[in-house]
Amino acid sequence: MTVLTFLLIWLGLGVFAAATAARAVRYARAPVHLRWELYPVPHEAPERAAHGGSRYEELEWWTRPQRRHLLGELAYMLPEMLLLAGLRQHNRRLWYRSYPFHLGLYLVAAACALLAAGALLDVAGVPLGDGAANALTAACDLLGTAGVVLSAGGALALLHARLTDPKLAAYSAPADYFNLALFAGVLPLAGLGFLLEPAPSLLVAARVARFDTAAPLHPALAAGLALASLTAAYIPLTHMSHFVGKWFTYHNVRWDDGPTSERVRAKMTEYLTYRPTWSASHVQADGTKTWRDVVAGTPPRRGQR
Amino acid sequence: MSGPTRLSDLARRDREEVTRVDRAPLAPLPPPLDDSGTRPPFAPLSDQARERFDGALDGTLALNLPVPAGPDEERALVERFLAGLDKLFERENNWTFLEPLVLTMEHCAKCQTCAEACHVFEASGGEEIYRPTFRAEILRRLYFKHVKNGGLLAAWLHGDITLNWPLVARLAELSYRCNLCRRCAQACPIGADNGLVAHELRKLFSQELGIAPKELHDNGSMLQLSAGSSTGMTPVVVRDNVEFVDEDVSEKTGLEVKTPWDVEGADVLLVHNAGEIMAWPENPGAFAVILNAAGISWTMSSELAGYDSINYGLWYDDAQFARVAIRHAEAARKLKVRKIVLGECGHAHKALAVVADRVLSGDLDIPRESCLTLFRDIVASGRLKLDPSRNDFPVTLHDPCNVVRLMGVVEPQREILRAICPQFREMAPHGVDNYCCGGGSGFAIMSGHNFRDWRLQVSGRKKVEQALEAFADCLDPSIPKYICAPCSNCKGQFRDAIEYYGLWKKHRILYGGLAELIVNAMTDVKPGFIEWEWH
Repeated sequence: MTVLTFLLIWLGLGVFAAATAARAVRYARAPVHLRWELYPVPHEAPERAAHGGSRYEELEWWTRPQRRHLLGELAYMLPEMLLLAGLRQHNRRLWYRSYPFHLGLYLVAAACALLAAGALLDVAGVPLGDGAANALTAACDLLGTAGVVLSAGGALALLHARLTDPKLAAYSAPADYFNLALFAGVLPLAGLGFLLEPAPSLLVAARVARFDTAAPLHPALAAGLALASLTAAYIPLTHMSHFVGKWFTYHNVRWDDGPTSERVRAKMTEYLTYRPTWSASHVQADGTKTWRDVVAGTPPRRGQR
Repeated sequence: MSGPTRLSDLARRDREEVTRVDRAPLAPLPPPLDDSGTRPPFAPLSDQARERFDGALDGTLALNLPVPAGPDEERALVERFLAGLDKLFERENNWTFLEPLVLTMEHCAKCQTCAEACHVFEASGGEEIYRPTFRAEILRRLYFKHVKNGGLLAAWLHGDITLNWPLVARLAELSYRCNLCRRCAQACPIGADNGLVAHELRKLFSQELGIAPKELHDNGSMLQLSAGSSTGMTPVVVRDNVEFVDEDVSEKTGLEVKTPWDVEGADVLLVHNAGEIMAWPENPGAFAVILNAAGISWTMSSELAGYDSINYGLWYDDAQFARVAIRHAEAARKLKVRKIVLGECGHAHKALAVVADRVLSGDLDIPRESCLTLFRDIVASGRLKLDPSRNDFPVTLHDPCNVVRLMGVVEPQREILRAICPQFREMAPHGVDNYCCGGGSGFAIMSGHNFRDWRLQVSGRKKVEQALEAFADCLDPSIPKYICAPCSNCKGQFRDAIEYYGLWKKHRILYGGLAELIVNAMTDVKPGFIEWEWH
C-alpha cells in the first residue's frame, strides 16, 4: 500500500507538472493573433490606466515611446490572484463560495511547498534542528488544516450552488459536479490521514522524497495521498487548469496592446503564406492561394449560397 | 413550452421558435417609458417569412436561411458546418483568432458572471438564449465532441449536444443576437470572451457556408469593394455630394468651406464613414470647418474605398476585413500622407487602428489616429475661438464600445465636452464600463423583417434607459437636449430609438456627433449650427 501510494505521489506530481507545462507550451506556441485587447489595460501609463485609456489618447502616439508600467500590472494581478478581485467585483454571491475554495487550495499548496522544501533539505543532508523542524511541521499542519477546511467547505458550497441554482445547473456537465465532489472528499481524507498518522508530516514528506517505504503509512493517509495525487494529475487535463489559461487570456489577449515587433512582423509574413481552405465562394480560397493572394483579390459579386 | 430555454431546444426539429421575445415581459424602462402601455408594438414575423426561412429562434430573423429541400440537403449543410468548425480551430485557416478562441473554449468556468454584464440578456428580462454562455456552451460542446473527437469522455467532461440542421440554423441566427461589445469578456474572471465566440461563429458561417446578413455582406463589404462604398457612392458621386455639403455648410456657417481632395503629401488623410455624407452631412461639414480653421493640412481620398472608413468584415469575415483594411492603407500610401485620421465611426477606429495593426506592414503601416484625439488637441490649443455658452443645453455622451472599451480612447472626447458644454453630464456607467447603443456589430443597419423591433426593444433598451436617466432632471420638452454619439452606427441606432420611443417629439432629445458641438461653439461661425429639428 505504501509503495503504491509513493508511486502515485510521484506519478501524480509528474503528470501535473508535465501536463501543465504541455498546456502552457501549446498556448505559447499558438499563432500570434490579431490585436484584440480590452481596456482598461493596467500596464498603460498610470494617468491613463486609471480611466482605462490607451496610447491612442495621445496626439501622434507613434512618436512617443510606449512603456509598460509593470507596477500597474502587478497592482492589478496581485488582488486578482490572491483575492479573486474580478469575481468579487462582478459576482459577489459566488465569490463567497469560490474564494474560500481557492484560498484553501493556496494554503494547501503552501503547506505542500514547505513540506517539499523540508524534505529536500533532508535528502540533501542539510540537518534541520529540532526547533526548526518542529516549527516547520507546525506551520505545515496549520496551513494544511486551514487549507483543507476552507477548500473542502468552499467545494461543498460551490457544489450546492451548482446543484440548486438553475442557471448554473443548466450549463454543468457531469464532470463539473464530480470535480467539486472530488475536492470535497479527497482533501479532508488526506487531512484526516495526517491526523491519524503517528509520524509528523515533515517526516512523511522526507520519506516520500527518499522513497523510503520501510515504515507503512496509516491507511487513511495512504488512501488520502493516493487520491490527492490522482487529483493533481487530473487537474491540468481539465478546464480547472485555468491557472494556466488565465495567464494567457490576460497577457496574450486582454492586455496585448504592444507595438508590432520584428518577431511579430516575421510571424505575420509567415502566416500570410498559409493556404486557407474556406469554402465560401467570396473568400476565393481554393487551397492553392495563400492568405496574401486571397486578401489582395476582389471577390466577384455573387449570391450568398 | 415551459421553463427556461435549454441548449437542446436549439436542435428541436419543429420549426417553431424556441422562445418568443416579441411577447416576453422585457426589463422595465424608467419614466416616462415606465408604463407598459407605452411599449411600442413588436411586429410578428410574417407567415411568409416563417414558411420560407429556417432558424426559428426568438420571433425575429437577421438572416434569411432558405429551408433545405430535404434531408439530403440538410445533411450536406451539416457536413459543411462541420468542415467549417474544423477550420475554425486550424492554424492555417484561423491563425487570426485561434489562441483567444481556444482559451475561451477550454477555460470557461460556467460561473455565469458574464450574464449580469450583458445588456441584451438584461433587457430581455433574462431570456436564456441571450445569456452570453448559451451560444458559447453550444460551440464548446461541438468543439470537444467533433473537433477534439472526445466521444463519451467529452460528453462527461463537457456535456453533450446533438448536431443537426435545426441546431446549425438556429446557431447561425443566434450569432446575430450579440453586439460584440465584449462587456461580458470584461467581467469574466478567467478572461474568457463570449463576444469573440459570436464573432467566430459568424466567421464560420460566412467563410464556409456563405451565410451572412445581406446588409453586411452583399450590400456592405461586397459593395464597398466593388463600388468604393457601402452607400453605393462611386468616387465621382462622393465628390459631388461632398461639394454640396461644402456649399451647404458654407452658407450655414458664413465661412468658405472647401474639402480638399487627393492632395498628395497632405499631413492628414481624413476618412469618414461615408454614411455620414448621406445621412448626417453636417458632420463631415463640421469636420471641414474645424480642420480648415485649425490650419491642418488635410485631404480626403477619392480612391476606391478610400473615402469610406467602414469595414464590416470586422464583424463577420476575416477575408473581407483584411481586403478593406488594405484598401484603406493603400489609399493613404498613394497620397503619401503622414497619418490617417478616422472620422466619427467606432468600428472603423477599431478595425484600422487596432485589429489591422499587425497585418499592415511596410509602406502600408501608415499611422492611424482618432479624430477625437486630434479634436482634443485643436480645442486645447486655443486655435479655435470657442464660446461654451452657445452649447448651454444638457449634453450627455455615449461611448462607442469600439472607441472606448476596445481601443482605450476615453478622455479626449470628455475633455472637449467639459470645455465647451456647460451642462455636460455623464451616463451611468460610462467610459470603459459603458453599454453598447444596441446597434453594434452591424445591427444599426439591419432592419429586415421585424429585426428593427428587436434591436430597438431588446439590444437598444439599456441605452434608452441610460439616456433617459441622464436627462431625468430635464425631460421637459421646453429644454432641448443632446446625446453626443461620436460614431455613425451609434447615431443610426439613436436616430431609430429616439423616433421609436417618441423621445424627440415628447422630450426634445436630439442626437448628433462631437464635431457639430465644436462648430456650434465657434464664435467665427454664425450661431445655430446645430439645428433643433428632427432629422
